[in-house]
Amino acid sequence: MSEALARRPNPALAAAPGLTRRLSSFLYRHGGLLTLLLLLPPLLWLGVVYLGALFALLIQSFFSFDGFTGQIVHELSLASYQELLTSKANLDIILRTMTMAMAVTIGAALIGFPIAYFMARYASGRVKALCYLAVMLPLWSSYLVRVYAWKLLLAKEGILSWLFAKLHLTWLLERILATPVIGGPSLSVSYLGMFLVFTYIWLPFMILPIQAALERVPRSLIEASADLGARPVATFRNVILPLAFPGVVAGSIFTFSLTLGDYIIPYIIGNSRFFIGQVVYVQQGTAGNIPLAAAFSVVPIVIMAIYLAAAKRLGAFDAL
Amino acid sequence: MVIGLGHALRLAGALTMVVAASAAAEPLASIGEGEGTVDIVAWPGYIERGETDPAYDWVKGFETDTGCKVRVKTAGTSDEMVALMNEGGFDLVTASGDASLRLIAGKRVQEINTALIPSWSTIDPRLQDAPWHTVDGKHYGVPYQWGSNVLMYNTTVFKEPPASWNVVFEPMELPDGKPNQGRVQAFDGPIYIADAALYLMHHKPDLGIKDPYELTEDQYQAALTLLRQQREIVNRYWHDAFVQVDDFTNEGVVASSSWPFQVNLLASKQQPIASTIPAEGATGWADTTMLHSEAPHPNCAYKWLDHSLSNKLQGDLAAWFGSVPVVPAACEGNELLGAEGCKTNGAENFERIHFWRTPVAKCASQSECVPYYRWVTDYIAVLGGR
Repeated sequence: MSEALARRPNPALAAAPGLTRRLSSFLYRHGGLLTLLLLLPPLLWLGVVYLGALFALLIQSFFSFDGFTGQIVHELSLASYQELLTSKANLDIILRTMTMAMAVTIGAALIGFPIAYFMARYASGRVKALCYLAVMLPLWSSYLVRVYAWKLLLAKEGILSWLFAKLHLTWLLERILATPVIGGPSLSVSYLGMFLVFTYIWLPFMILPIQAALERVPRSLIEASADLGARPVATFRNVILPLAFPGVVAGSIFTFSLTLGDYIIPYIIGNSRFFIGQVVYVQQGTAGNIPLAAAFSVVPIVIMAIYLAAAKRLGAFDAL
Repeated sequence: MVIGLGHALRLAGALTMVVAASAAAEPLASIGEGEGTVDIVAWPGYIERGETDPAYDWVKGFETDTGCKVRVKTAGTSDEMVALMNEGGFDLVTASGDASLRLIAGKRVQEINTALIPSWSTIDPRLQDAPWHTVDGKHYGVPYQWGSNVLMYNTTVFKEPPASWNVVFEPMELPDGKPNQGRVQAFDGPIYIADAALYLMHHKPDLGIKDPYELTEDQYQAALTLLRQQREIVNRYWHDAFVQVDDFTNEGVVASSSWPFQVNLLASKQQPIASTIPAEGATGWADTTMLHSEAPHPNCAYKWLDHSLSNKLQGDLAAWFGSVPVVPAACEGNELLGAEGCKTNGAENFERIHFWRTPVAKCASQSECVPYYRWVTDYIAVLGGR
């Protein structure tokens, strides 16, 4: 290519800056349009993919299922909800899942708070990094592997039973397992065992928000409390706990909702009594009864909506 | 290892009522040159090319001999198989009892010209005209494998094989003097209601059960009552083959409905486990390889269909999957299967097996039957203790 040719201005390039500049000044004058353009992709994602899927689910729950032909009747009706709420077995499942979710949340809060407290107030430098690592480490390995590992730990001839036997405490284990409802033939076939596994699996999701909340409690307030003559217990109860409580509530949202939706742990641990997630899985996959499955999956949504409204009142989202 | 899971998911059912299929396109008249590939939709573990275990390979030889490269798409449920076949682009599918009739009714598969399959005559005559692939005298597939559910038991507790399924259905004392409560299991799929019906068929003849998959309201309620009683003695319903293997090893479970797959696995771990088919008989499954109505590679597909009946493939697959060959000759002289392999996997029990089908409202033996969707809902309730 000759130099003369190269130096000649390219008409397309010459027009480009003018167009870009015009566009840029147009957008400058119409700030709202710019914002809209920038937000359009995420809004489309949220609107179409996220809310769209949710809406599709909701609408399915208002269809009904014709048992004779096995087809879904595409007419709006409340038949699925009627079946959901009038069957005692279904109410059992909802109650069972909610009770487990609540127990797991309380358990995780009781175990998680002291750990988070230590991480936030006492650990520093290398110890703190180690604490983070210890809390996060289980999240790096497969969820399934961890659940199966717990099945082996809790088995009748598993490690925990062996440990109890070595300590001559088998009678204690048997007495615990003899407890009605939560007990069973062995830990891995009982609600107690399921509770232990759920608590273990979701614990990091409780510790981290509490720890973040405790980090934000100003040291000056604690010192002021001590200066005013409050004993450590009083300081804890009147200063630290109220300020860190939103963190507990935030953590509980995770543990509660994750337990509410899980269907893998109840398949592997426990006595085969169904949880909400399992019913959804079986009804839509095996039975093809999508309306009932959809109605069932609305249950956790409603429960969580109530839960989040309560959490908002308790200030869980104040730090957002 | 996904065999067990795939096997479990095969019990996933369908509800579509099968209407008589009308004539599809004319079957192939002669086999021409291979197209270079064949695409197969199969259960996990059904088509092995030695990648999981080098000893189990029934694909590479076929590829060298015919020049047809085998591409496999695994599917975990019958519904998934039907969906894939509806999508198209595949030549063959290893369909189970429920999917096969749905595929025929939906005209997704074509009639097979058995004259083009030299090995057709070697198939067990009892399977050649099986109703799950033969409609109006036309064959819509080639039988692939079958298998039965078995009563798996612990040999240290049962010195003699249990003679009846009652050890898992009725509260009782086992031969070791301890009650069976908390030491037996049952399958957690709704299709297990058929097992209860089969038990009642023999023990309560006045109910008049003719077919465990075709139950009137009364028969169905009787089966549920039996299952509620079973709930009291079952510690856990098994869902995943490997969880059950673990329960027999570590959880003190001594008897359960199971598959030869778990029996073989436990036996290979030197556990005191054996299996039997009690007096009542058992439920089971039978699969068919079917050809897509718009198969892109029909010549290679026909070559595979014939290959699928070879003694080596049938025997190796039976050893791998814990199933039974559809070619009886394949039972003999197979190294992997061993001399007793077919017997272990239940080959002698064909007549005593009720091959599983999806229960539908319009049934043949009764005026009206309880359809599968109710089986699902009610079985969940039984598991929950209702």
